[in-house]
Amino acid sequence: MMVQMLVDGVVAASFITLGVVGLSMVYNILNFPTFAQGDHIATGGYIALGLVALIGTAGSIAGLSFGWPLILALVCAAVLNGVVALALDRAIFSRLRRQNASRISLIMASFGVALMLRHLIIVFAGHEPHYFSFAIQPALDFGGVRITRNELVAVAVTTALVIGLHLFLSRTWLGKSMRAVSENPSLAKVNGIDVNRVILWTWVISAGLAAVAGVLLGVVVQIHPFMGFELLLPMFAALIVGGMTSIYGAVLGALLIGLAEGITVQYFVPEYRQAVSFIVVILVLMVRPNGILGEKA
Amino acid sequence: MTAALHLEVTDLVAGYAPDVPILRGMSLSVHTGEIVTVLGPNGAGKSTLIKAIAGLVPTSSGAIRVRGNNIMGLATHRLVTAGVAYVPQVDNIFTRLSVQENLEIGGMAAPIELRQRIAEIYALFPDLARLRQLAAGKLSGGQRQMVAVARALMARPHLIMLDEPSAGLSPKLTEMVFQKLLDVRALGVTVLVVEQNAKAALAISDRGYVLAEGQQRFTGTASDLLCSPEVGELYLGTRTKLAS
Amino acid sequence: MDLLSYFVFFSVTASIFGIATLGLNLQWGFTGIMNVGIVGFFGVGAYTSAYLTGPNYPEAFGGFGLHPLIGYLGAMLTSGLVAAVVGIPTIRLKHDFLAIGTFGIAICIQLVAMNWKSATRGFDGLHSLPKPFTALAGTPFLANLYYLIMVLVFIALITFALERMVRSPWGRMLRAIREDEDAAAALGKNAFAFRLQTFVFGSMLMGLAGALYANFMGFISPQDLLPIFTFQVFVMLVVGGSGNNYGALLGAVIIWALWTVTESVLGAILPTELRQQVSAIRVVMVGAILVGMLLYRPQGLLPERRNSSPEARIRN
Repeated sequence: MMVQMLVDGVVAASFITLGVVGLSMVYNILNFPTFAQGDHIATGGYIALGLVALIGTAGSIAGLSFGWPLILALVCAAVLNGVVALALDRAIFSRLRRQNASRISLIMASFGVALMLRHLIIVFAGHEPHYFSFAIQPALDFGGVRITRNELVAVAVTTALVIGLHLFLSRTWLGKSMRAVSENPSLAKVNGIDVNRVILWTWVISAGLAAVAGVLLGVVVQIHPFMGFELLLPMFAALIVGGMTSIYGAVLGALLIGLAEGITVQYFVPEYRQAVSFIVVILVLMVRPNGILGEKA
Repeated sequence: MTAALHLEVTDLVAGYAPDVPILRGMSLSVHTGEIVTVLGPNGAGKSTLIKAIAGLVPTSSGAIRVRGNNIMGLATHRLVTAGVAYVPQVDNIFTRLSVQENLEIGGMAAPIELRQRIAEIYALFPDLARLRQLAAGKLSGGQRQMVAVARALMARPHLIMLDEPSAGLSPKLTEMVFQKLLDVRALGVTVLVVEQNAKAALAISDRGYVLAEGQQRFTGTASDLLCSPEVGELYLGTRTKLAS
Repeated sequence: MDLLSYFVFFSVTASIFGIATLGLNLQWGFTGIMNVGIVGFFGVGAYTSAYLTGPNYPEAFGGFGLHPLIGYLGAMLTSGLVAAVVGIPTIRLKHDFLAIGTFGIAICIQLVAMNWKSATRGFDGLHSLPKPFTALAGTPFLANLYYLIMVLVFIALITFALERMVRSPWGRMLRAIREDEDAAAALGKNAFAFRLQTFVFGSMLMGLAGALYANFMGFISPQDLLPIFTFQVFVMLVVGGSGNNYGALLGAVIIWALWTVTESVLGAILPTELRQQVSAIRVVMVGAILVGMLLYRPQGLLPERRNSSPEARIRN
């Protein structure tokens, strides 16, 4: 029924949202669409998995299939994921920037990084899926509409982070600096903004949110090497649909794509999930060529 | 009493590509409290001069000193703490941010009390106060220019450089902008202006330079330049004075 | 498989990669447009040839049993068509849209191949695809050898054609558009037409590669449509030299050799626990090569043989 599709859609949108925020930041501040964003989601999930394995268990509170150990692992994974992204920028992307490399080179390098990350995961953790917990989660039933506690948490966490993002962008110096740099880096420098600092925080925040996406996805579904790559097309779709320059547009786009996926999974075959986002892009661009919140060129 | 040397540019060679310089040995000096205008035909290198001082265009040789300190090679984002403000010709405001936010960004890097400073700036630019929550992109050309200048003043600079502030503005708005520059000078800020509109700029300036093909052609007081047939020829094609 | 057979096998597959790399070189090397969905066009070509030349499949589309040469031609036509459909809306826009668009199309094509079982037989794939000259050859080894000769002839023809195209006024226009965005904008509609043409031609080459692959292997399945193929072609072109047709071919041979050899070498030297991860380790290695080349020798082993202006050199 309709409401169930909306609920499933919002859950699906959560993961896309957390990933696309970072994708939008990198796109607007570093000026290229990074094809590695999906795999940052995966590395975040796997880092948390490793930390949980060290601790011994994911724990359990209030009927969720995770507890404090996982929350701790999530925070650490977010930080470590940021470190990984920074290291990659230091080693690769900043060097390419200094060489005035073309956008295509940056895209290609990100594609290479994506594959390396994905396959490093396979080297260390194998192909098979992993789970944070094997406890079965019964779904809550609200008058015929089913949602698990884990899914509720995923949606709640995403909502909280999006609100936090808004406050960050509108009220903090770093947030305003990021908005300034994404519009006009040279003017930002003229105003005393250290663009390299902003770039550093862009990677940290982007990878940090990606890690949260990875952990939540791992809790709700599973952890496997292609979990992030499978979100890449939906994330790009959300970015385009929302209007490339608007981070709020990207969030809106993620919601739209998620809802479209929710509908498809109910009525059509779930295997075509990724293709759905592609179709949504085409439809939206026909009506609004600059995306929902995009600017006219 | 001669005022101190505020900005000194010596034999500056600069350009986007090292083997294709746009400035080929340009020198100028600005004393504290002066308003100095740089004039010249299109392509002469006027914009490049200011951008080179601001660190946005690579420099090959020469010197740039502000209050005796060498700033050549200084990273652009350090200009603000060095007390130098720059207003570019185009894209000089953040259109997606509100007027208020544009001002905040202008003052962020400086060690000032932001709220108080914003109030002071609104006192100088009363029109902007009532537009403060609007996205800067929604303002008219003249209002945007005001935002750009106001934003540059936020960090209490001692030197402000403007690139063609009257570009795209009507004569009335041009007069308003230049009047504002006089007000700015009255606050104790030294002003360097690059302009196409020679007459209007020279009307408020103390001295001027005429730049052509990357080098200095003429220099003198504003009245000298206004009355010079050579300068007139450079601008009007015939040996007539600009001040006529 | 004895050494000679293996050599023939390797040469055919390397050559097929070479054709795909020539296609990317036309799109990226000469025109500066980015195709992140190379495997999609490869797949369209492969399946088209499979449908045209394969036996009658009871539970799928196609099976016309036509001659492979018709399969190759059909493959080029369909992949060119898909390229036109994707290219017309996206080439006008920024590079990003084409990159994302081609990426998306490749995924959609892969999904269709995997899931539309009544048309494609899903993972069972399309089998028993014929090679030309089999009757003439008599033995499998000779059939492969004739196939190799045929592919090499194709490569020679294609390279010759590409070299002529590139030196022609059409090719000069292409380079002007690639190197100077403002000139491109001034040319407006013409720039779009040029870019679209190369995008379509390049994709047709990728489709041809797909068809040659399908008929050589005799079998095609969604397993052959993974993004790793796109990645391999990227590395081949970057290593060999973007903007240089011989570089493209050299890169294909080198990287394919590296790819096939590392499998056995890694398998031999790695400790047992890591043996299963050989293919993953191989990807990490080759990925590092791609990134390394982009950082330290972006022009590749055989740089482009052009006198570009100092301004353009700086920009690139």
